[in-house]
Amino acid sequence: MFRNQYDTDVTTWSPAGRLFQVEYAMEAVKQGSAAIGLRSKTHVVLGCVNKANSELSSHQKKIFKVDDHIGVAIAGLTADGRVLSRYMRSECINYSYTYESPLPVGRLVVQLADKAQVCTQRSWKRPYGVGLLVAGLDEKGAHLYYNCPSGNYFEYQAFAIGSRSQAAKTYLERRFENFSESTREDLIKDALMAIRETLQGETLKSSICTVAVVGAGEPFHILDQETVQKLIDSFDIAGTEEGPAAAPDSAAEGGSAAEGGAASEQGAPADEGVAPMDI
Amino acid sequence: MTKQHPAWSPYDNNGGTCVAIAGADYCVTAADTRMSTGYSILSRDYSKIIKLADKCVMASSGFQADVKALQKLLAARHLIYQHQHNKQMSCPAMGQLLSNTLYYKRFFPYYSFNVLGGLDNEGKGCVYTYDAVGSYERVGYSSQGSGSTLIMPFLDNQLKSPSPLLLPAQDAVTPLSEAEAVDLVKTCFASATERDIYTASFFLFPPSLPLCDGIFVGGDKLEIVVLNKDGIHREYMELRKD
Repeated sequence: MFRNQYDTDVTTWSPAGRLFQVEYAMEAVKQGSAAIGLRSKTHVVLGCVNKANSELSSHQKKIFKVDDHIGVAIAGLTADGRVLSRYMRSECINYSYTYESPLPVGRLVVQLADKAQVCTQRSWKRPYGVGLLVAGLDEKGAHLYYNCPSGNYFEYQAFAIGSRSQAAKTYLERRFENFSESTREDLIKDALMAIRETLQGETLKSSICTVAVVGAGEPFHILDQETVQKLIDSFDIAGTEEGPAAAPDSAAEGGSAAEGGAASEQGAPADEGVAPMDI
Repeated sequence: MTKQHPAWSPYDNNGGTCVAIAGADYCVTAADTRMSTGYSILSRDYSKIIKLADKCVMASSGFQADVKALQKLLAARHLIYQHQHNKQMSCPAMGQLLSNTLYYKRFFPYYSFNVLGGLDNEGKGCVYTYDAVGSYERVGYSSQGSGSTLIMPFLDNQLKSPSPLLLPAQDAVTPLSEAEAVDLVKTCFASATERDIYTASFFLFPPSLPLCDGIFVGGDKLEIVVLNKDGIHREYMELRKD
């Protein structure tokens, strides 16, 4: 994408039928630090890499609780993300107030998408420069959506956005078929490993990442640093120990799919060194 | 010319009585569970007490539709506060919010007589008492509702500290223990229900006896909520239907 005469404002089409301003907004998402999400039948896990401007400053908040049953991870212009989170919270509170029940995730993402679309069709506005991974639970089960600055939204089993997200996506693509039956612990482990993929060899520590979970009977909450570090330590320790540890968990879920997951988890650490890290 | 009376009133009084007593490190809030209209009983099992925040409980008598609307509004405002401040609202903060919310409807008030009970920022018991339009005061004890005229003088006799003009300044909170305060509350309702038809009836048990089972099945209850550093504890006293 190069600078051209059709990209000055969002209400100008290019001859090829593209809205460049919207596409540039999507570029802004790719510049933000990585955020990933994955879901099973009963839980959704969000994770993100914490990027700080300098050693002196604190890191950006990228995961927001929207309601007990919904949370969101953002990548891109975090200010836009903050504003949209406030909107989502407000919508959830108003819906609960009127209907005395939680706002279904699908409804919320549509409202978000419509809000984003408005900004693609007004000459005095600009598109939101933030991508949102919306994780939530409703009567139909666990959901993960990705909301785009273009006003599009898609449902995913697992997804990653932001810089170096391709590495995480590759990791997730290899294992997503097992996620449905994953236990909560395995899902979190997979999230941490996906985050690790985006770090390009840097050691994974709880100080540079944030993980949040929502599940059946478990309101959305961000895991504290200590818990995350313990989880990182438990999977970092050894690939072989993983197998027997994972199996009893998986046995509760049952099925060869889970065992397949455990086996591939054993294989993955060995692969780590071999798999190329995408930039 | 005779005064014109409206054909319809937006308000109704559903009766009931609420009491709250603050202690050194606890707060007892209680209300009967009878909801009435006129001389009829609508429910024997309606709770007038709601937990607004971890350290704050509100009991309201009056028009329960307005009470419900007020409770919902405060709950929503508390959620917003939590999102913005990343913590629960303190009882004094909720106290101010309630006052502002009530005054907001100064010219079409919530027909709700409230008593807020909880722990302040130092962990001491606190009670705030309100009128329908938000005038409020922090006190050591209070009652509101149909039985308050019977209960308040009794509490004054039992709990009122000597003149506030005395030095050193006396704390408004009672020196009673938590168990003594709960007993005092039960005694309050024992008296009120003898003479106030809108407050649920009562059969006095000796404090040592556990809640009676078998003899009274269903019927009005007295709901007692105790808030202390260990959290919130709810207790029901079975009452006789009469």
